[in-house]
Amino acid sequence: MTDLDQSRVESLIDGELSWNELRNEVLPDPKDPDRFEKTREVLQERVDWDDPILVPLNDHLYVVGTDDGRVIRTDCGEDLCDAEENWKRSCQVFVREDEDELEELYEEYMHVSPEWAFELREWYCPECYQLMDVDAVPVGYPVIKPFEPDIDTFYEEWQGRPAPDREGEQAAD
Amino acid sequence: MSKPESELHDPGTTTREREHDNVEPPLGWNGRTLQEMLDESEELLEETGRYRGLEELELKENDPFKYEQMYSRLRGALVSARETALHVSASPIVREIGELCFQIYTPEGDSVAVSTGIIVHVHTGSLAIKYMIEEDYEHNRGIQPGDVFCNNDNDLGNVHTTDVHTFVPIFYDDELVAWADGVTHEIDIGGMTRGHDQVASTNRHEDGLYATCEKIGEDDKLYQDWRDRGQRGVRTPMYWDLDEKCRLAGCHMIREAIHEMIDEVGVDIFKQFLQEAVEEGRQIMESRVQERMFPGTYREAGFHPIQWEDKAWQPGAQQNMMNHLPIEMTIDADGGMELDMEGATPPGPHPFNCAKGSMEGALWVYLTQSILHDGKVNDGAHYAVDTHYPDGTVVNPQDPELSYHTPWLTIFPTYLAVSRALSNGFFSRGFREEVITGYGEPCDALQGGGKLMDSLADAIPDALGDYWPVGPFDFSCQGLGASACRDGLDYGYAMFNPEADLGDVEEWEQTQWGLIQLARRVKPNTAGHGKYRGGSGWEGLHTVMGSEDVSMYALSIPTVTWSGAGMSGGYPGGTSYSVRAHDTDLARRTVTDEPYPLDDMPHNGRIEDQIDAEEVIRDHDGMFFPEEFENYDLLRYQTSGGPGWGDPLERPVAKVKEDVEEDVFTPDVVEEVYGVVGDFDRDDREFTVDEDATAERRAEIREERAERTQSFDEFFEEEQARVKKGDWNDGVQYMYEGVFETSEEWAQDFREFWDLGDGYSP
Repeated sequence: MTDLDQSRVESLIDGELSWNELRNEVLPDPKDPDRFEKTREVLQERVDWDDPILVPLNDHLYVVGTDDGRVIRTDCGEDLCDAEENWKRSCQVFVREDEDELEELYEEYMHVSPEWAFELREWYCPECYQLMDVDAVPVGYPVIKPFEPDIDTFYEEWQGRPAPDREGEQAAD
Repeated sequence: MSKPESELHDPGTTTREREHDNVEPPLGWNGRTLQEMLDESEELLEETGRYRGLEELELKENDPFKYEQMYSRLRGALVSARETALHVSASPIVREIGELCFQIYTPEGDSVAVSTGIIVHVHTGSLAIKYMIEEDYEHNRGIQPGDVFCNNDNDLGNVHTTDVHTFVPIFYDDELVAWADGVTHEIDIGGMTRGHDQVASTNRHEDGLYATCEKIGEDDKLYQDWRDRGQRGVRTPMYWDLDEKCRLAGCHMIREAIHEMIDEVGVDIFKQFLQEAVEEGRQIMESRVQERMFPGTYREAGFHPIQWEDKAWQPGAQQNMMNHLPIEMTIDADGGMELDMEGATPPGPHPFNCAKGSMEGALWVYLTQSILHDGKVNDGAHYAVDTHYPDGTVVNPQDPELSYHTPWLTIFPTYLAVSRALSNGFFSRGFREEVITGYGEPCDALQGGGKLMDSLADAIPDALGDYWPVGPFDFSCQGLGASACRDGLDYGYAMFNPEADLGDVEEWEQTQWGLIQLARRVKPNTAGHGKYRGGSGWEGLHTVMGSEDVSMYALSIPTVTWSGAGMSGGYPGGTSYSVRAHDTDLARRTVTDEPYPLDDMPHNGRIEDQIDAEEVIRDHDGMFFPEEFENYDLLRYQTSGGPGWGDPLERPVAKVKEDVEEDVFTPDVVEEVYGVVGDFDRDDREFTVDEDATAERRAEIREERAERTQSFDEFFEEEQARVKKGDWNDGVQYMYEGVFETSEEWAQDFREFWDLGDGYSP
């Protein structure tokens, strides 16, 4: 079983582990059962707010518990929307479709053909302009919310405890 | 300890000399027919949710050593059969690359264990066996000891036409105790054009030779008429013949091994073991999901453009098309996984139609690499996942008339989407090392063939004939996507086979006599950008020599569009394109010792600038239909890079420096994307970073982001207007129209998202 201590989890998050370290210490099965909590603790220490991180969604995006309910927050502290909503609707977006825009990133012939109506949609944090996600979709494609976590099922049924933002509520019950 | 004697297993009697006694139905266990066994199995699964309704794994719990020993021994027998039998084959696809696989099934057709190799077939053989049971081969066609069956009919249980299965029923006393199945990937299967993954066929009749769960032999010998059909039905009869002998030899090795095992443990223990192993496979899958995923709903989509308006041969195929491959993955509270493809486009006049069994097989080949690395891979895992591949769509056409020659081009974009869905789950649980943003789709390589000129034909063995097929597995080495803690593997991954291998050049040159490799190089700018970049692809250049009647073509994605993106701010890799140069002066250059092209750089080193040619075809689309080639013509192709993870501006400068020095990216691209400015000395291969200019450029890019972006509302308004006008090309129109025809649910979601009203249709 893998069993990473906190400093190794930090190194993993920071991309500092070599292939040999990953292969020998991190990749083998079965996984350390408390990796989620160890990761959550490291991430929580790194952000500037006290509201509990409930689920990390990507490098800069979290579902967070607040007094006003669960929200999706970027790590610069910007609340994008309620947890149930599609956070991309709160982002700034840049759509690349023209050849000139695509050739800032790719060589000629190595990007979408101009004969096709196909876009790269770049989603940015409206506060700090951190790039949050990129979609590659045809023109007119609906903006999908990639992940809707079932947070309470995870904490209550898989972790055997209430979600961090519900601990007080359960105690009161 | 000496082994007990057995009438069935006599070490002194080879398989070939064995005489089989006929067995009267019922053939199943304990006096039941195979159909009764299958019905009971399905009912118990439906009622209890567990395979055969097993509440406990008694053998595993009471005698774990025996149980695990039996599993290891079974798996060992399958791997041994594969590693031994492949030497019977002469095709480099089988012998060198290992594109073969052996499986063992229960009498009712549930896979218990699989060898290494193309494990996509863990489930396809299951479907073929169940077809034979449902069609009552037990009483009609007859299933006897020593019989041999064959299937490559995709609609009944196969991945694509060139994968051919050989089935051997395994009897012990008068009961059918198991089935052995061997699959090889043929270098040619007949069909309308040369090649093993055709691009041109549009219906079944153009696909080539089909065997539909056909009895092809008895008493361990193949029927003469079947062998004649194969010999006359493909372009490479010698390879076909030896591949078939390879499959049959492997199945017989497995039969021997199972007889030995039953002799030792007894038939009742063997039966109990088979059933418990399948149920354990189901339980392992559920527990692994709970260990690594997060309950909830994941949504992604893959896209496959087909730009055929000016390329396809048949009138009905001369159109631009795009296949829509959406996935919704749900993880429930029990660790159950559901995969729903509601909204997939209809099937079409192309070889990319994918039978349900192919989609299921591909699910296993992907889950085995992402979540079940060390589990027992069998149909138990299949029973742990609910799949919905909608009837009448490209992922489950339910129509044998269609072409199914190359369903991989539907499979690859689909499982790119699955890869991102799984990775979102892994990331949320803290398992960043398991994240894979996707992969370069492994389908860009040359196919076709030619004939040697008389002067050269004399130099090779008569048995091979003058025809040389082209079917290299260069596409086995694509770039793997990044994870959330490291870059993707460079030029070393193939989604379809966990043991990806492109083989030795020399081995392929033994087959592709007239096709000469001029160069292979890392292809710059194929890797997807990101904080962690995708693995890089590579580029190859071929010429033709000493041949005539040469035609070749290439399959390719991503080409005119991407199939999907990266994750967390990572981008997809570069798309592919094709270059063919006809009537060149290469022959003269070889005599005068002048340089010839080794690669193609679109902006500063095109092939046509490095050689004289009467005609150069440079196409944004990496896919081209069979085209004639003369000696000294040039063909260039490339493999794909994997998608990236994270914002490229967060990539450490030191890593970007390495990228430039290793030809993964060019200096102009890293300045634009990563904001890293420097001077590259090509001779010394040293990139000297200008730190001040880099800091300035990175700040500038952040400012550009603020200036260039728009709000979601502005984006929505503009995009909605385009949707209302249908402001897209005919390929995208094909996609939306098709989805609206097949899925009212998806159509309604689309209308609601863009606020279009119930009357809207594209």
